[in-house]
Amino acid sequence: MDKDNLKKEILDILTKDARKTAADIAVMLNLKEDIVSASIHEMENDKTILNYKAVVNLQQLKSDKTHCIIEVKCSPQRGVGFDAIARRIYKFPEVKSLYLMSGGYDLLLLVEGDTMKDIGFFVAEKLATLDSVHNTSTHFLLKRYKEDGIILETQEKTPRLAVTP
Amino acid sequence: MRDFVAEKVKNIPPSGIRAFFELVIGMKDVISLGVGEPDFHTPWHISEAAIYAIEKGATSYTSNLGLLELREMIALYLENHFKVTYNPKQEILITVGASEAMDLAFRAILNPGDEVIILEPSYVAYCPLVTLAGGVPVTVSTIRGTTFALDFDAIRAAITTKTKALFINYPSNPTGKSFSYEELDKLAHLAREHDLVVVSDEIYAELTYDYQHVSFSSLPGMHERTILISGFSKAFAMTGWRIGYAAAPHDIIEAMMKIHQYAILCAPIAGQIAAIEAIKCGDKEMRFMKKEYDRRRKVIVSGFNKMGLPCATPEGAFYVFPSIQRLPFKSEEFCRKLLTEENVATVPGTAFGSAGEGFIRCSYATGMDDIKEALRRIDSFLERHGLSCTEQAAG
Repeated sequence: MDKDNLKKEILDILTKDARKTAADIAVMLNLKEDIVSASIHEMENDKTILNYKAVVNLQQLKSDKTHCIIEVKCSPQRGVGFDAIARRIYKFPEVKSLYLMSGGYDLLLLVEGDTMKDIGFFVAEKLATLDSVHNTSTHFLLKRYKEDGIILETQEKTPRLAVTP
Repeated sequence: MRDFVAEKVKNIPPSGIRAFFELVIGMKDVISLGVGEPDFHTPWHISEAAIYAIEKGATSYTSNLGLLELREMIALYLENHFKVTYNPKQEILITVGASEAMDLAFRAILNPGDEVIILEPSYVAYCPLVTLAGGVPVTVSTIRGTTFALDFDAIRAAITTKTKALFINYPSNPTGKSFSYEELDKLAHLAREHDLVVVSDEIYAELTYDYQHVSFSSLPGMHERTILISGFSKAFAMTGWRIGYAAAPHDIIEAMMKIHQYAILCAPIAGQIAAIEAIKCGDKEMRFMKKEYDRRRKVIVSGFNKMGLPCATPEGAFYVFPSIQRLPFKSEEFCRKLLTEENVATVPGTAFGSAGEGFIRCSYATGMDDIKEALRRIDSFLERHGLSCTEQAAG
């Protein structure tokens, strides 16, 4: 397996289950453990792998945290495009994710706040007041159905027969 | 009152798998390596296509041969994947699972007393189906020590003037073994030499790891004497939809269709529509599942070998067939003990014919965590009985 393919295979396994150890992965790919470890280290060093996190079902947690998606229309600046305004925005800790979009608006923010009031404050005081921001549109998240590829509702399991030909 | 059950049926032994299934029922916390079906659900776009079709009113019979669109897609698929050409209008029949196709094939070709060579260990249905069709199954063992290489002398010795057909299944349930091109070529040679029809169950063709599956009918001169059987159950995780097919020369398909039209009429339309979606757009999910099986395959093979239970690396399907010959148990006894003491369900090799003695079948169509836990339990079983390979070496 060449180096790039090895990385792809490892990432495929880790993005599904970050707790798989190098030893586990080595058996799954029929490779030596040190080869897998070296590749993981390399990806950690070059920031291909940024972090290992748990995917949490916030519904289950009965967390009071409020989440919203904010569409932002803003004007790009000469020489830096949208990067300068993006940098100003992503430094706010409330902003969990930020993307440049095609279509009817420019930036998409995923924002987390303790209460709806907090988010209202962030939009009104911090975001909308930025020079190049023309317009914001805030959508509050009401219910989560699927997170990171995982369906959150408990689904009834259709039992398989225990022994079949 | 008379005994109403026919002698022919009474004489057929019940499936060894069935016996084990009865044992498992009611037990809790059982990890099953005994399941011969994917642990994945049918990919959603496939189920959704069928649901949509039902909503639209697709609830009727189809042509006896099956929906033409499905037959056309299968013809295209066989051409693209295996370089075999079949006319979708005359040479492909959609059946209720590959199982029905097998039944039809035997019933269509066998005269009373005709013999069929079957390589063992083999899937539980083949011998009974031959018997029910009035034929005589003649089994040849493929077990060589702990591997499954073909012994052509033994096959040749089993062929008599009454031999009508050679039955093959590769990649194999239960061993996972596939045939090399050389082996296929030799089988083809035998078929030609003795003028045999070859029934080739290639249901696991897509689940072939490391190399490309070669369809038997693609071998020179074999197209006209092969009944190719396959289906959607395994590769597309569609066992419950019951859609299989047979591809064969026109006269054989015509004969099979005659039985099918009287006995079954047609395969269920919803399943056929799901199958069209699977064959058109199911490639990506199929590859995903195959990759997952491949990883589990490596884990389970390495696990058994580490325990000192020699396990050949299967070329396909989702089974391993490790040898337990070094243990002081027969297959059946071992599986029973393992089930009652460690709550791990496996299937004794003898369920697949007497050649399977000294082996067990383990399916890796189950989650990685369960596979690992099952391996751990088997290891602790060996340890408790003083049968770990290290202890053995020391003793």
